[in-house]
Amino acid sequence: MSSNWEYAPAPESRDIANLKPAYRMFVDGKFVEGSGEPLKTVNPATEEVLAEVGTASAADVDNAVKAARRAYDRIWGRMPGAERAKYIFRIARLIQERARELAVLESLDNGKPIRESRDVDVPTAAAHFFYHAGWADKLGYAGFGPDPRPLGVAGQVIPWNFPLLMAAWKIAPALACGNTVVLKPAETTPLTALVLAEICQQADLPPGVVNILPGAGDVGSELVNHAGVDKVAFTGSTEVGKLIQRSLAGSGKKMTMELGGKAANIVFDDAPLDQAVEGIVNGIFFNQGHVCCAGSRLLVQESIADELLDKLRYRVSTLRVGDSLDKNTDVGAINSRAQLEKIQELAAAGDAEGAQRWTSPVPVPEKGFFFAPTVFSDVQQSMRIAREEIFGPVLSVLTFRTPDEAVAKANNTPYGLSAGIWTEKGSRILWAAQRMRAGVVWANTFNRFDPTAPFGGYQESGFGREGGRAGLEAYLDV
Amino acid sequence: MSDRISVAKTYKLYIGGAFPRSESGRSYPVNDSRGGFLANASQGSRKDARDAVAAARKAFPGWSGATAYNRGQVLYRVAELLEGRREQFVAEVAASEGTKRGESIVDAAIDRWVWYAGWTDKVASVFGASNPVAGPYFSFSVPEPTGVVAVLAPQASSLLGLVSVVAPVIATGNTCVVVASQDRPLPAITLSEVLATSDVPGGVVNVLTGRTAEIAPWLAAHADVNALDLTGAPEAIKADLERAAAGTVKRLVRSGRGEPDWAREPDVSRLRAVLETKTVWHPMGV
Repeated sequence: MSSNWEYAPAPESRDIANLKPAYRMFVDGKFVEGSGEPLKTVNPATEEVLAEVGTASAADVDNAVKAARRAYDRIWGRMPGAERAKYIFRIARLIQERARELAVLESLDNGKPIRESRDVDVPTAAAHFFYHAGWADKLGYAGFGPDPRPLGVAGQVIPWNFPLLMAAWKIAPALACGNTVVLKPAETTPLTALVLAEICQQADLPPGVVNILPGAGDVGSELVNHAGVDKVAFTGSTEVGKLIQRSLAGSGKKMTMELGGKAANIVFDDAPLDQAVEGIVNGIFFNQGHVCCAGSRLLVQESIADELLDKLRYRVSTLRVGDSLDKNTDVGAINSRAQLEKIQELAAAGDAEGAQRWTSPVPVPEKGFFFAPTVFSDVQQSMRIAREEIFGPVLSVLTFRTPDEAVAKANNTPYGLSAGIWTEKGSRILWAAQRMRAGVVWANTFNRFDPTAPFGGYQESGFGREGGRAGLEAYLDV
Repeated sequence: MSDRISVAKTYKLYIGGAFPRSESGRSYPVNDSRGGFLANASQGSRKDARDAVAAARKAFPGWSGATAYNRGQVLYRVAELLEGRREQFVAEVAASEGTKRGESIVDAAIDRWVWYAGWTDKVASVFGASNPVAGPYFSFSVPEPTGVVAVLAPQASSLLGLVSVVAPVIATGNTCVVVASQDRPLPAITLSEVLATSDVPGGVVNVLTGRTAEIAPWLAAHADVNALDLTGAPEAIKADLERAAAGTVKRLVRSGRGEPDWAREPDVSRLRAVLETKTVWHPMGV
């Protein structure tokens, strides 16, 4: 029998996204014209313009912060937790009800596969609101004293890799703790955050409690440096995180930084190999590798390296790259041309420094921003592809001989966001987990996220946690 | 004015997701606070109690094994349905308790349900711990539901009190057999109807109506009941019930003499009361 079993296209309809030609910023409960230069947001899988989006000027930032302050002083900051909870539950439910629309819109704007936005991003965003709604009237039990108080107005800047989910991670705990919010979505992915604004309206959330200001880095800078902002939460690159931390020096503002990573995914010789291969693939190719906690450095015990790499290359070659709205797509589009160029540049550095490049033979669309899954072997710790965050579907493979060497190599990074451990031996998992200088350690799994489980980094991967009991601290005056 | 004759409701037991009459065939009249006839309620028997315990036990693996997130969603959905039946509850509470504060009582009951719905996925992080033991071990303690809880519901507060004792039991993953307020059982049966049309699996909550003093001893002595909430127990038999409960070392939930003030903000004592702590040890080392 021939092996001509082709996938038939299974596209999700883009009509479901309910895409509008123009989107406006959301301030004080209303959608208003921004006085910044409008931006055009693009579908990275086709390079077509999706919509024009109004952006904020410095004056708009000021208005939004003032609206947030009024809402905090007059309503939200004084409202009993049980009442705040009900608003946040409503938001959770509305996200669930509009899940399909949000998923398609997210895939259009971001380029990620519809299966992922449908099964991960949107449901996890709803879960985040649901979980934090429950905290709003239980903060006295969170371990920060009997009656912890909110901080005030939170200025939040989020990245383009999980646009809606990151908005949820930021807004849900802030509101639950009694703060009001001014949030800037990423320049290339503003759409789902603006639908979330619509959801806030539908939930009858009091005006000014949530404000959404699209724009580029300059808007983010205005926002975090605004004197009326009490709390700054940033998710993005370590480079920008350092800039923000520096510019806020002496301001007394409380900060949370969720920055870059270069996670080690350690595979010991007794690991269940097929399971490990799935985890490695998920660790680096999930969301095109646009994941701050991606398992981008694979550390394999030398004795099993050849066998594992053979299995890995075979498995990676089966990943389908292409149309983000096709339910058969495993790896979608790179979010922007700039990001694609950065990935290409770092991959070229891998070649130049002597690593062995293997690229999946998968067909890649001619239009749009795509990068075929790539695995570098013979990688040395000194190479750029072992040190720098690529933020793309590129895996660097290094080897080790002893567990101590694995730990030393894993920790040989200024980052410290996540790590993976693969072994059948429980005691070794716990031994290695204890030694990882990283905020999240996955054992025999990877890239698991849950609102109940705190997430965040050590060292230059940032500080503060999101999710769980620990995550509440970021939005409380404690 | 319409002269239509209304359709009167038959109030029955709630066992394993179904609404049977008492196997004993007995019923008893339920009156309003001024002595006027409201309805006949089923008068549950020893066998009804045993059926209810069997149903609760059968439902326990599924309910306790559901994720905390799922339980939270299911319980929050119950609050949504309670809100939809608000007027019916207000009328029944007003009739049963002879109060003019029916609306605020029902509001408080719905909010109480939401409060407990929000606890499902927080119990483990508030009551659990990792234990820094002095050795190469990873040790952690997790709270787990104790099992089947027999709940003698408050006699006076027919809805708010009832919600306050039932919600914490199921939020933590337990299943229960509830003996409703003897003289004010109607809100409990209506609550069962809400539960039956919600996503709470049959058997997670079972509701018996009848004489508390008749049913309670069988539950207190039942070997497949793990905990006993004595809140609505008649003072005269409380000590006897505790003695019977000792036969299988049941956990006891005791409130002082008289009924607590249910309108007060709750604390976590009712959650803790129905939780076990499980400590797990695992060696650490290459």
